[in-house]
Amino acid sequence: MENRGVVIQARNMVKKFGHFTANDNLNFDVYKGEIFGFLGANGAGKTTAIRILCGLSAPTSGKITVAGYDVHRQTESIKKNIGYMSQKFTLYDNLTVWENIRFYAGIYGMKLSAIKVKTDRLMKNLDLEHARDKRIASLPLGWKQKLAFSVAIFHDPKIVFLDEPTGGVDPITRRQFWDMIYETAHSGITVFVTTHYMDEAEYCDRVSIMVDGRIDALDTPAKLKKNYKAKTMNDVFLKLARGENVCPDSYRELNS
Amino acid sequence: MRTILYILQKEFILVFRDKTMLPMIFFMPIIQLIILVNAATFEMKKIDMVVLDQDMSSTSRKLISKFGGAPFYVIKTRTFSAQEAEDALKDNTADLVLKIPANFERDLIRNDKANVQLLINAIDAVAAGLINAYSTNIISDFNKDVLAEWHDLNQMNVDLPLDVSYRYWFNPTLEYKIYMLPGILMILVTIIGMFLSALNIVREKELGTIEQINVTPIRKHHFIIGKLLPFLIIAMFELAFGLIAGRLLFDQPIVGSLFVLFTMAFIYLLVALGFGLFLSTISNNQQQVMFTIFFFLLVFILMSGIFTPVESMPEWAQHVNIINPFKYFIRVLRMIMLKGSGFTDMMKELVSLSIYGLIILSLAVWRYRKTV
Repeated sequence: MENRGVVIQARNMVKKFGHFTANDNLNFDVYKGEIFGFLGANGAGKTTAIRILCGLSAPTSGKITVAGYDVHRQTESIKKNIGYMSQKFTLYDNLTVWENIRFYAGIYGMKLSAIKVKTDRLMKNLDLEHARDKRIASLPLGWKQKLAFSVAIFHDPKIVFLDEPTGGVDPITRRQFWDMIYETAHSGITVFVTTHYMDEAEYCDRVSIMVDGRIDALDTPAKLKKNYKAKTMNDVFLKLARGENVCPDSYRELNS
Repeated sequence: MRTILYILQKEFILVFRDKTMLPMIFFMPIIQLIILVNAATFEMKKIDMVVLDQDMSSTSRKLISKFGGAPFYVIKTRTFSAQEAEDALKDNTADLVLKIPANFERDLIRNDKANVQLLINAIDAVAAGLINAYSTNIISDFNKDVLAEWHDLNQMNVDLPLDVSYRYWFNPTLEYKIYMLPGILMILVTIIGMFLSALNIVREKELGTIEQINVTPIRKHHFIIGKLLPFLIIAMFELAFGLIAGRLLFDQPIVGSLFVLFTMAFIYLLVALGFGLFLSTISNNQQQVMFTIFFFLLVFILMSGIFTPVESMPEWAQHVNIINPFKYFIRVLRMIMLKGSGFTDMMKELVSLSIYGLIILSLAVWRYRKTV
């Protein structure tokens, strides 16, 4: 897998807020085109990590590169190459679907003609042609989230960061959302996704599990289940959370 | 450059789509203008006066009738009791007590000199000053009459060799409305512009949309310009709107050129809105930014020279006032509108405001953090 090329590399990544350590010495690699799951309970430090990788927050220490650029010095170069969908819903309620897309694509520097063509295609794919001139506020949450995701990858980034993208929606919509994620990964965009739904972890190529600011496990879902002698990812997570720390070999190697 | 246009487009759509904002932006200031320009005047319309005449002579009556004949004076009571006169001052039924002591006429004839006393209710210092000035005028007028009556004309001319005549330039009738209107208009335009731009950024912080913008490769100064221009344009429209209203409703003269006026307004608004933007970059929510803006607005407005002349402030206050953008622009507005000044007459203000704008906008760009 290593020969696929590393797009995100984190070594000894630390983020402290005063005395509180939100990210305690994180080490991981993310490979090109994979779906990398970043799992953990609420408050485990997932959002902090993702914000650092997106250049929204400066790390306290550590050597971290995203798309080949250093997060300490080259955040603006990183931003050209990534897309981000935050936990908070960030499309403008009072703008229409089209106006939102035009605005965000616009500040990425895309030309209006290109935005138009691409929007038409996107509306067709999402089956939202009728909603193009409707205000975001009037759309159901599931659609909003699909749109937010589409906006995050509209400018064809190398990596897209999704911070709990499926919070608060029904299982069917979640399933559809994951179909979109698969499609995106197939098109060559690396997907870095945080979630606390353990069933979603099964859909990832590899997952890391964070507990109290540390990464306690990192591997493919299948190997994790095997190593922890668990039937589901949920069991893996519960074992880890209870402190049954049987550190899998693969992660120990990376850490040493 | 294209980025700025996209932000501009978005801001305009959002402003004009907000059904509660539009009337706030365009009608509220006009209503405020009408109310404030009519209300905020220093002119004395009516002075309630109590006469304490202890002389009861023909001369004292002459003096009293002089007051009674003056336009603003209303003689409420005549009394002999000093206590009653004092009480009237205390319970606020009188603004002024004129006390003519006994032997007033006798002293005047024998010694060519007599005293009268004015007791003025100085709760409102500005009004008290005006009452004093008006009353002193009346008394000196009375002096002249006495002299003319008791001495022959030649001698009077010797006694009063100087005849001072006044002429008020640029506002010949000392009309307060046309003096106040530019100031009040400036305050309203500033408040709208400053609040719109400052609240806008903080609102994006609250909604979280700013994160989505910060994660794009947008340049910091593009973002600030994109947030500045829409509200600057709205404020300029507002100014034009206010000037038209001033013209129609108050006959406000604009002696100078509109081009000079709008150019100076543009530079001034860069400062005022830049100030708002800077405050918004250091605030996290709308409450914080409202309080900080109110703090500065209040100080800036009261020290601007709208109500009290800047020159009569203590020296330290005048130094502090260097950072008061209102101070520069109020002078500029009055100079252009009442005097017809051009750029060369306002070089100092022009340079000061330009430097100020440059500094405050650079600060705003510097303080705006895409990475926290």
